[in-house]
Amino acid sequence: MYYSLMTLKLELQDIPSIVKQLAEGYVDALTIFFLTLLISLPLGLIVAFGRMSKHKIISLPVKFYISIMRGTPLMLQLIGVYFGPALIIQFLGRVFENPSLEYFAMPSNYRFTAVIIAFGINYAAYFAEIYRGGIEAVPKGQYEAGEILGFSKLQIFFKIVFPQMVKNILPAATNEIITLVKDTSLAFAISYVEMFTIAKMLVNSTSSLIPLIIAGAFYYVTNLVVAFVMGKVEKRMNYFN
Amino acid sequence: MSVLEIKNISKAFGELGVLKDISLNVEKGEVVAIIGPSGSGKSTLLRCATLLERADGGEIEYADGGKMFWEEDGKLKYASKKELKAIRACFGLVFQNFNLFPHMTVLKNIIEAPVSTGMMKKPQAKEKAMELLRKMGLEDKADAYPGQLSGGQQQRVSIARALILNPSVLFFDEPTSALDPELTGEILKVIKELALEHMTMVIVTHEMGFARDVADKIIFMDGGVIVEQGKAEDVINNPQNERTKAFLGKFLD
Repeated sequence: MYYSLMTLKLELQDIPSIVKQLAEGYVDALTIFFLTLLISLPLGLIVAFGRMSKHKIISLPVKFYISIMRGTPLMLQLIGVYFGPALIIQFLGRVFENPSLEYFAMPSNYRFTAVIIAFGINYAAYFAEIYRGGIEAVPKGQYEAGEILGFSKLQIFFKIVFPQMVKNILPAATNEIITLVKDTSLAFAISYVEMFTIAKMLVNSTSSLIPLIIAGAFYYVTNLVVAFVMGKVEKRMNYFN
Repeated sequence: MSVLEIKNISKAFGELGVLKDISLNVEKGEVVAIIGPSGSGKSTLLRCATLLERADGGEIEYADGGKMFWEEDGKLKYASKKELKAIRACFGLVFQNFNLFPHMTVLKNIIEAPVSTGMMKKPQAKEKAMELLRKMGLEDKADAYPGQLSGGQQQRVSIARALILNPSVLFFDEPTSALDPELTGEILKVIKELALEHMTMVIVTHEMGFARDVADKIIFMDGGVIVEQGKAEDVINNPQNERTKAFLGKFLD
C-alpha cells in the first residue's frame, strides 16, 4: 500500500463486485470464527479444571501454558504453529541424519489447520480464565447445600455450579467473542485468505481505501449481531435474580 | 438407641482445637438447642454431624441409617458410599444463608435432589413438595425464583427442601441470624410447629427466648467443650456454671 497513492475514491458500479468478493472472504472468516469457538469453548473448560487442580503436577504446566498463550501475540503463535512442525522435524532429521525427515514439509492444506489449531488453543486459554472466574464466584454454600442434599460431585457441578457460572461469565465471554470476530483477520499473517486478505488485495488493485472501510463494516455488523444475541441471553438469565 | 448418638468428637483446624471430646445424644422427638459464643464449635459440631466437615476423632451414629464414621486402630473409618447415601437421607440441614439454588424455581429447588439421586419419583416428589409448601404457606410461590422472595420466605423454602426426604433429624445452623428481626418471628413460628409435630431437631441459635420456650434440652458450648446442659428452662433461668452465667448475662437483663 503506497501512502501517496491511496484515495477514498471508487466508482459506484465497482462497489457490488467488491462487496461480493469481500463476502466470499467473510464466509472464510466466519468458518474460522465458528470452528475456533467449537474447539476453544469445551477445551477451555478442561483447561480451567487443570488450572484449578490441587495437584501441582497438573496445575503448574497448565498455568504456564495459559501465561504463554495470553502473554504472546496470537500472530506469533499462528506463525509458530504454521512453520514450527516442519522446522522441528527438519531439525530432528539433521540430528538423526534421516534424509526423509530433513526435507519434510507439511501438506499444502496445512495452512487452514494451522489457523484453527493456533486460534483454538489460544482462545481456550482465555476462556479457561473466564470459566475459572465464573466458577470461583459461585458461593461455597451452593456446594454444601448440594452435598447435604445427596448430589454427587458431578451433579453438583453440572446442575448447580455450571448454570451459575454461565450467568457469571456472560459479559467477559461476550468480550472474548467480539475479539475473536476481529482476530480472524490475523490469519492474513500466514497467507490464509479470508476477508481482510481480500480487502488488502482490493485496496492495492483499486488504489482506494474503500474496500477496507467496507470490510470494517462487515466486522462491525457481525459484532452488532454478537452483542445483540449475548444481550438477549443475559436478559434471559436475569430472570432469576 | 437414641436417634442420633455423637461420641467423643474431636476436631482441630491446624493448631486450633475447635471440638474437644464432645459427646451428646438426641432422643426421638427432642428439640435440642445449642448456644454459645462465636468460635465455641457449635457450627463445627453440626457440620461434623452432617459430613460437611471431617472430624479428627470420635463416632457418630444415626439410628435409622447406621454408623456414619467411627474409630478403628486410631484412624477414622467411614461407612461405604452407598451406606452414606442412606445416612444422608436421615438428616436435613437448614443453613444460615439459606443456600437455595438461584437458577431453579422454588419447586425445582425442593424436588431436584430427591429426583435426580433416584430417591423419589418425580410425581411423588412434586406432590410432597407442594404439601410442604402448603405447610409453609408458600404454595403460590412454587414457580417463583428465590431472588423474588423475601429472606423469611427463602428460609421457609429451605426448610421445605430439607424436609422432602422425611429426615429423622433436622439441623438448623443459626436459621434466623441472617434475617431482619421482623422475619425472624416467622421462622421461629415454623420451627415451633415442627416441634409440636415431634420433629427431632438440633438448633444452633442465638435466640435465647426461643431456645427456652421451644427446646427440650439446651447445650451451652464454649471453647470446644460442652460447659453445661440440661432442661431448657433450667439452663436459661438457673445456670449452674459461671461461664454459662456470664454468657447468658449478656443476653438477658
